[in-house]
Amino acid sequence: MNEDKLQVAERGRDESQYPVSRREFLQGLGGGVVILFAVGDPPATGQGRGGQRPDFNAYLHIGEDGRVTCFTGKVELGQGPMTSLAQTLADELDVSLDSVDMVMADTARCPFDAGTWGSTTTPQFGPILRAAGAEARAVLIGLAAVRLKVPKDRLAVKDGVVFDKTQESRKVTYAQLTKGKKIERHLESAPKIKTVGQYNLIGKPINRLDAVQKVTGRAKYAGDIRLDGMVYAKVLRPPSHGAKLKSLDASAVDGQEGFQVVRDGDLVAVLHKYPDLAEQALSKLKVDYDIPEPRFDDKTVFDYFIKNAGNGRVNGKPAGNLDTGARLAKEVVEQTYLNGYVAHAPMEPHTAVAHFEGNKLTVWASTQTPFGCQRQLTSDLGMPSENVRVIAPFVGGGFGGKINYDQAIQVVKIAKIAKKPVQLAWSRADEFFYDTHRPAAAVKIKSGVDASGKIVLWDYSIYGMGGRGASLFYDVPHNRVTIYQRHHLLKTGAWRAPDNNTNSFARESHIDLMAARAGIDPLDFRLRNIKDEKFQRVLKAGADKFGWTPAKKSPSGRGYGMACGFDVGVPVVLFAEVKVNERSGAIQVKRVVCAQDLGLVINPEGVTLQVEGCITMGLGYALTEEVNFAGGVVRDENFDTYELPGFSWVPEIESVLIDADDEPSKGAGEPAIICMGGVLVNAVYDATGARLRQIPMTPERVKQALAKRA
Amino acid sequence: MNENISFTLNDKAVSVNTDGERPLLWVLRTDLGLTGTKYGCGKALCGACTVIMDGMAVRSCVIPVSNVEGRKILTIEGLAKNGKLHPIQEAFAKHDALQCGFCTPGMILNAYSLLSSNPEPSRQEIIDGMEYNLCRCGAHTRIIRAIEEAAQEMKGAR
Repeated sequence: MNEDKLQVAERGRDESQYPVSRREFLQGLGGGVVILFAVGDPPATGQGRGGQRPDFNAYLHIGEDGRVTCFTGKVELGQGPMTSLAQTLADELDVSLDSVDMVMADTARCPFDAGTWGSTTTPQFGPILRAAGAEARAVLIGLAAVRLKVPKDRLAVKDGVVFDKTQESRKVTYAQLTKGKKIERHLESAPKIKTVGQYNLIGKPINRLDAVQKVTGRAKYAGDIRLDGMVYAKVLRPPSHGAKLKSLDASAVDGQEGFQVVRDGDLVAVLHKYPDLAEQALSKLKVDYDIPEPRFDDKTVFDYFIKNAGNGRVNGKPAGNLDTGARLAKEVVEQTYLNGYVAHAPMEPHTAVAHFEGNKLTVWASTQTPFGCQRQLTSDLGMPSENVRVIAPFVGGGFGGKINYDQAIQVVKIAKIAKKPVQLAWSRADEFFYDTHRPAAAVKIKSGVDASGKIVLWDYSIYGMGGRGASLFYDVPHNRVTIYQRHHLLKTGAWRAPDNNTNSFARESHIDLMAARAGIDPLDFRLRNIKDEKFQRVLKAGADKFGWTPAKKSPSGRGYGMACGFDVGVPVVLFAEVKVNERSGAIQVKRVVCAQDLGLVINPEGVTLQVEGCITMGLGYALTEEVNFAGGVVRDENFDTYELPGFSWVPEIESVLIDADDEPSKGAGEPAIICMGGVLVNAVYDATGARLRQIPMTPERVKQALAKRA
Repeated sequence: MNENISFTLNDKAVSVNTDGERPLLWVLRTDLGLTGTKYGCGKALCGACTVIMDGMAVRSCVIPVSNVEGRKILTIEGLAKNGKLHPIQEAFAKHDALQCGFCTPGMILNAYSLLSSNPEPSRQEIIDGMEYNLCRCGAHTRIIRAIEEAAQEMKGAR
């Protein structure tokens, strides 16, 4: 690989143009073919640039040089859309992959997008982009038919060259066709896209197009933006959530050579041309806060939730009658499962740069939500939206945490007062404090199995979080899910497959417990109680790959566990093998097999990366990760007390994908993580006979559970 | 207290006049404009800021810049030569040994140091040597494979 390839990859990131209206946007593109495209409903939550309702949600441009530019509001967080979307578009247009440039996540250049989350890029934006590509191809074939004087149905395309199938020397390139043309097409209905068997690139493993930028250190993140006259801000982190600033004496810093202190309400920041000196100076500020009395901490949180649950509300559609279910049951089993707060802990802390120029504002922010950020700033500042531009350059990991863009709101307030460009990067301690943690939650389950091994009762109560992943995919005639009131002193938000990690841990632990009580093999028990054929296929494919065989007794001592789940339309099953050191309480995960039905897979290499990422990240919440806090005080400030998975933890990982090319694509960034708690709890039980009711399974908790073993 | 500090950075002589207590990381990123070296934790716990000092990996977030006087520093920007990627960079790209890319420069330079002192490491030695460089996206298995392949490649070149 050499610099040429690098140039190709970087071309899409030119930020010299700065159009603010659709007209300017189109002028800025020069000649060629532009496809403006709307598929399905216009973006539900959105306003386009200029405050107008957008009438299209994809742009595509084929320039006079034949280069294809894809404009998308999606963000490259590491999950790979820069590659998979380019791959999708290149296939539909029949051009080579390296002739596609991606322009991403820039509110001035890209169509509105609600945000990069919830595994929506591939299943929702992918088809829109494919339709736009198909239409562009149709336009170009039409031009070629005229130019070559050949009927359209006799033409084919390869690598951006249209040719006569009966006489291949009769040909014309996309570049020749677009030269001197200015064609704008605005589509309302979906053209015909390729189907299985016609793909050239879709379904092939493609290496990441951003790899060279990332291995050379040239990839630009928000913190790598440098502007003339820019200073660095460090914010004064309050000692606790809910703390009120009573007094501030900034005299030891403010006005000292090179330093400035800025205050806007409770937001206090030190500015300096060097971020390290700004941070050091924070300790010289004299501050006094009112701190609320802690109502609970990481030990007492679950009791607090359950005692203060209030009246619950029934989630989804309940079935049957719980009393009838209880009567049918041979045995009713009740248990409570606990899971603490976890941090997103992306390697790049939240960072943003704000630059006011005249009546315009440009913000570079590490966020999953550039358009949401733009709207919030527009409203906060009372500025017209076309004067506020938000760009999310490369983002160093999000996992749901960067849906939140508080750092951008902070830096804009600071820059407005400072009247110069300002960069703000949260310190690691800031990141742990301001993060929107995955909420702690308790789940109570009361269930029953009849004499034939059929689950007949399922009464499921959630304290502290929501119901994603709580709807039952097991066939249980009498079941209900109830969600109770939440009380959080820390900020909470979406964390890779929100709610579903905890719901799946609780459900799958309990299913395993019921299987053991009924004396039925865990796989067999699940196959008996899940009717759905797709799910059955995934269960069997995963079991085959893992080599699952029923044990002679339970626990078997083999350290085998399984768990299944359902997220963003994807049935997923995990099998794992663990080894437990009973003296130290340490768990070593030897092997994990993940089976999923993702429909049509665009980039199998990208999917494998996501599976590996999910399983590795899942090791953290299953084994060590838990935020220590008391009231609103977050005690974890860095990776010494908050331990992330390291190289030595990572098991052998195998990914199985069900062959389903004729089904719509699903997102792969979340499902594989949801079963990690359940599968490891079940494997630890199979290894030792100790069943943990709380994750993470720290060595301390493992030892306690071992001691309580009968 | 400001002082003049001279060192070799990516084969070029450089000199800065600054407070010698400041961390090397921020002098690289701000004074010298080399943004490939990343801040991840500020306490030498994550490895995102790893650079090579006289052939060995160090964590630039805790190295006072005065300590680099007269020394040779290599950052990620200095690893590719004449537009050609270093075999470790090449292997990381080939194996997709990255996702968000934020830990990548530190991973590559830590691997560079590892292979300098142990050109033919076993898989376990690679795991041990990389253990304290954190990656949140989960590229670990690919990073290990990339380092193994780079070791082979570099062996061939010797």
